[in-house]
Amino acid sequence: MNAHFLSILIWFPVATGFLMLLVPEHKRRIGFILALLVSVLELGFSLKLIAAYDRTATGMQLIERTDWIQSLTIQYYLGVDGIAVLLIVLTAIITLITILAAWNSVKQRFIFYLGSFLILEGFMIGVFVALDAILFYVFWEAMLLPMFLIIGVWGGPNRVYATIKFFLYTLLGSLLMLVAFIYLYQLGGSFSILDMQKLAIPYQAQVWLFWAFFMAFAVKVPMFPLHTWLPDAHVEAPTGGSVILASIMLKMGGFGFIRISLPVLPDASHGMAGIIIALSLIAVVYISLVALVQRDMKKLIAYSSISHMGFVTLGFFVFNQTALEGSIIQMVSHGFVAGAMFLCVGVLYDRVHSRQIADYGGVANTMPVFAGFTMLFAMANSGLPGTSGFVGEFLVIMGTFQVQPWFAAIAALTLILGAAYTLWMYKRAFFGKVANDTVATLKDINAMELLFLSLLAIMVLAIGLWPNPLLDLIHTSVGQLLSQSTATKLL
Amino acid sequence: MSMQSILLFIPMVCLAAAILSGLAGKMIGRAGAHGVTIGAVALAFGLSVYVYIDVMAGHTYNISLYTWGISNGVPFEVGFLVDQLTVTMMVVVTFISFMVHIYTMGYMAEDPGYQRFFSYIALFTFSMLMLVMANNFLQLFFGWEAVGLVSYLLIGFWFNRDSAVFANLKAFLVNRVGDFAFLLGIAATLYIFGSLDYQAVFAAAGQAQDMTVELIPGSPWHWLSIIAVLLFIGAMAKSAQMPLHVWLPDSMEGPTPISALIHAATMVTAGIFMVARMSPIFDLSEAARTMVLWVGGATAFFMALVGVVQTDIKRVVAYSTLSQLGYMTVALGASAYAAGIFHLTTHAFFKALLFLGAGSVIIAMHHDQDMRHMGGIKRWMPITYLTMVVGTLALAGIPPFAGFFSKDVIIEAVGASRLPGAGVVHLGVLAAVFVTALYSFRLLFLVFHGKPRMEQHVRDHIKESPWVVTLPLVLLAIPSLLAGMYYFEPMIFGQHFGASLVVSAENDTLEEIRAGLAGHSGWGLIFTSILEGFIGAPFWFAIAGAFTAWYLYIKNPRLPGLFALKFNWIYYLLMKKYGFDEFNQTVFAGGARRIGNWLWKYGDVGLIDGVIINGTANRISALAFSIRRLQSGYLYHYAFVMIIGVFVMMSWFLFR
Repeated sequence: MNAHFLSILIWFPVATGFLMLLVPEHKRRIGFILALLVSVLELGFSLKLIAAYDRTATGMQLIERTDWIQSLTIQYYLGVDGIAVLLIVLTAIITLITILAAWNSVKQRFIFYLGSFLILEGFMIGVFVALDAILFYVFWEAMLLPMFLIIGVWGGPNRVYATIKFFLYTLLGSLLMLVAFIYLYQLGGSFSILDMQKLAIPYQAQVWLFWAFFMAFAVKVPMFPLHTWLPDAHVEAPTGGSVILASIMLKMGGFGFIRISLPVLPDASHGMAGIIIALSLIAVVYISLVALVQRDMKKLIAYSSISHMGFVTLGFFVFNQTALEGSIIQMVSHGFVAGAMFLCVGVLYDRVHSRQIADYGGVANTMPVFAGFTMLFAMANSGLPGTSGFVGEFLVIMGTFQVQPWFAAIAALTLILGAAYTLWMYKRAFFGKVANDTVATLKDINAMELLFLSLLAIMVLAIGLWPNPLLDLIHTSVGQLLSQSTATKLL
Repeated sequence: MSMQSILLFIPMVCLAAAILSGLAGKMIGRAGAHGVTIGAVALAFGLSVYVYIDVMAGHTYNISLYTWGISNGVPFEVGFLVDQLTVTMMVVVTFISFMVHIYTMGYMAEDPGYQRFFSYIALFTFSMLMLVMANNFLQLFFGWEAVGLVSYLLIGFWFNRDSAVFANLKAFLVNRVGDFAFLLGIAATLYIFGSLDYQAVFAAAGQAQDMTVELIPGSPWHWLSIIAVLLFIGAMAKSAQMPLHVWLPDSMEGPTPISALIHAATMVTAGIFMVARMSPIFDLSEAARTMVLWVGGATAFFMALVGVVQTDIKRVVAYSTLSQLGYMTVALGASAYAAGIFHLTTHAFFKALLFLGAGSVIIAMHHDQDMRHMGGIKRWMPITYLTMVVGTLALAGIPPFAGFFSKDVIIEAVGASRLPGAGVVHLGVLAAVFVTALYSFRLLFLVFHGKPRMEQHVRDHIKESPWVVTLPLVLLAIPSLLAGMYYFEPMIFGQHFGASLVVSAENDTLEEIRAGLAGHSGWGLIFTSILEGFIGAPFWFAIAGAFTAWYLYIKNPRLPGLFALKFNWIYYLLMKKYGFDEFNQTVFAGGARRIGNWLWKYGDVGLIDGVIINGTANRISALAFSIRRLQSGYLYHYAFVMIIGVFVMMSWFLFR
């Protein structure tokens, strides 16, 4: 199996996802069990991937390489490093949780919904393992199709506006990425990303390429000022869509920076670092303040996501091992915490059909267990030590301080601002007297909700209390990335 | 059992009890919950005493438990450093916690959240132990934030009270302001020393003495001063020093047992402990110590004044806590770390006693906390009254009660300090002695003496509290009387703290006290210092304060009202607590919301979306109008563009 390990990881969920579509819609239970089985198996494979991956060796591992379009030297070229392994496991866990959560909240076209998520899972893993630029581009675009479907079919009333906005943003970015890939092919004669990483490129060209890639990746992260599609997309997306969007799709942007921008364009990355750091810090402060005044819970969490992702890009562009590792842990942690926050809003939305904070109040009186879970995730979102939310922010702040204390000081404002917007929302929705009759009749979480919230709680606490296994997995890859991104490629 | 397992067992048994009564509260019931947690804390206390004896015999332990993470070759460990300072804190924390656990059985007897409350206070004990036992900055920060979390949960324990959930959010956010600086202090430590391990950092502190940086071009600052100041700002929030003190009075919204445990005796002293722990760093930074001295002096004096005008019994004790924390901070500033921890210890006993006594009165008063409705209660509650008298005498610093020794040492240390402004601070802490006696005897007289002012139906039901409430009062009254005499010699003169506190000879302000009492030891030393206490200024200031309270509230109770009218602006200033709350509410809370709204409205919605995105979108959708008529869905629309893209690319390759 090792020979085609990565292919199995991609195509197993995609194939079964398409097969799922053959299950008739009224066979709800069968479809659910099937999807669950697939996602559990996929999670099993991804865990086996950790075992198969040699964390001490540099370079890509578990490589699969065959010609795809020979005339253009486009190859079916796959491989992983520690960072990709980590993100693949994250994808598998989050997809499983999304499928569990669908049972309660999706009423229409349930099987279709599950199938879309499995297909999406495969394509997203494809992005993490692709080592050929065109293959990368294909997966990059392919994963958007199920996402558009998910928002378009199961989304809220304003979904058309949200999807078009999402589409416009991503389209612009990915076309520029494609052009940049073609330019690099022209220059080096290969679509292999690893070859591109070795290619010498003049500074001016690097800068142009950097901004082309920036458009693709920064939209996904999303970085200020390319972020305004995200709150709208989240608000209109169904719960599962929001979870995948926040937990994994945003990570594509970060992954793009570390797989392509930093190692392929090290000189431009250094040259432009100041701008990127500035944008990241704006994200941390400006976006936090905007999050503070949101009235819609999903919008608030969406803005909080952008702010947390600011730490990711900040950590990339200070070129420090600790900060870089912090960024990657932050990506993983944010996957769990933001996913959990969206699921918590979903739990409320399923019962009350409102996302407005003002429609709630005193939920802790009627849903004490749920309030407990949400408190944990809210604390993780505020970066409390002992939860995963702390680890990434801590390492990024520690690393950034070594480079420029003032940057670290601005970033550390998140300690105050993050707690302010998260806990203020919590206070208004959960604390206080029972606000209205709807809240008075709320029922606490059921067994299924207990299951997926517990899974997330375990992940959040485990990473928070012992992040070392994660760090251990990425040390070598991060070290290599750092040496690649600090060596000049000018002739 | 090896020492390592015992040390691990002490916090873990509290954690296990917290988890059990928190998650399985329904299953084990109320008796199960208090049985498990009290058993655990009793065990933790017993073992802490065992460790205390062992450490006092000369052993110290530095143990690494596990590696939390490694980054860039720097290991971040979780581990214990157990030396004389640590064991002193461990015994104080577990003892007070034990007393409060017992007391809670009575105080919370009627509360539906009984198990949850026990779970929280056991969790607090765990967190506080992890904080004081840490052997590195990271774990210190873990414990630091964990006690903050539990404090947040407990202030908002009655979460359907609006005032409680306002107070807990405020407490958390103000503490986060401190944590912001604290975390940067840790980052600076890591940057300068390349390690977060206490021993490694302290050993290298001397070499870092001359390292400077120009964070603002043109003004070189010492790194050690930057570190010390940042860490101290963290302590200012946790230990409620001005201007980050604003959360502590409001924290009284929580149930009284936690006001005693967390917001008087232990958690709020974490900042004091931390600065004492960092004495090797603070000893090298005169700038930081000057700041500590001033902040502490201001807090000790100004907060005591506010205590005089409070009418809520718990708030008087709360302002008294603020003022006493100011005294401890002053001691740290004057390099009298031993005196600071000495006062921390005695204060933990008598302040927990005062809070629990106040709680006992509150139970009898059916949860009415307004002192204007009390009066004459001593005839119904003799045990509460007598123990409260002990607490008040200790707080006011009357010899030979515990507070006398620790407070006198601090006042003398400030007198001996040569830091800039030490003279003013010395006057401030002296004046505060008068004010302390005034507000604490005012409380005693208003509550226990004079004519009963409560309504008849309340008066009919006032009775002494049950034994679970009075037993802790008695057990706390004993050290409130004796702890000063017991610890005076070892902590100030002897080797109680061993090498855990570092003071260089030229900063050692306690040396003057030692010189003054040279030649005395044992009972002779205690006797002499009590005698000297009777002729010292602080004693007469305290007597004057007590007398003033007697005159104003017993002899001539109409006078305070006249004063309030006559010195109306002072009264107003004190009632408004100098306006800190209004300022924060308007400038910080309101300001952040206003800026947030502005950025959202004009930045995101106005500029980015309105002008750039939707402007473009409108043009594109006009362009794409025909396509959309053919194909109704945006999915096809997208696929179409994608295919075009690939097509263009292919053609370009083929025909280039």
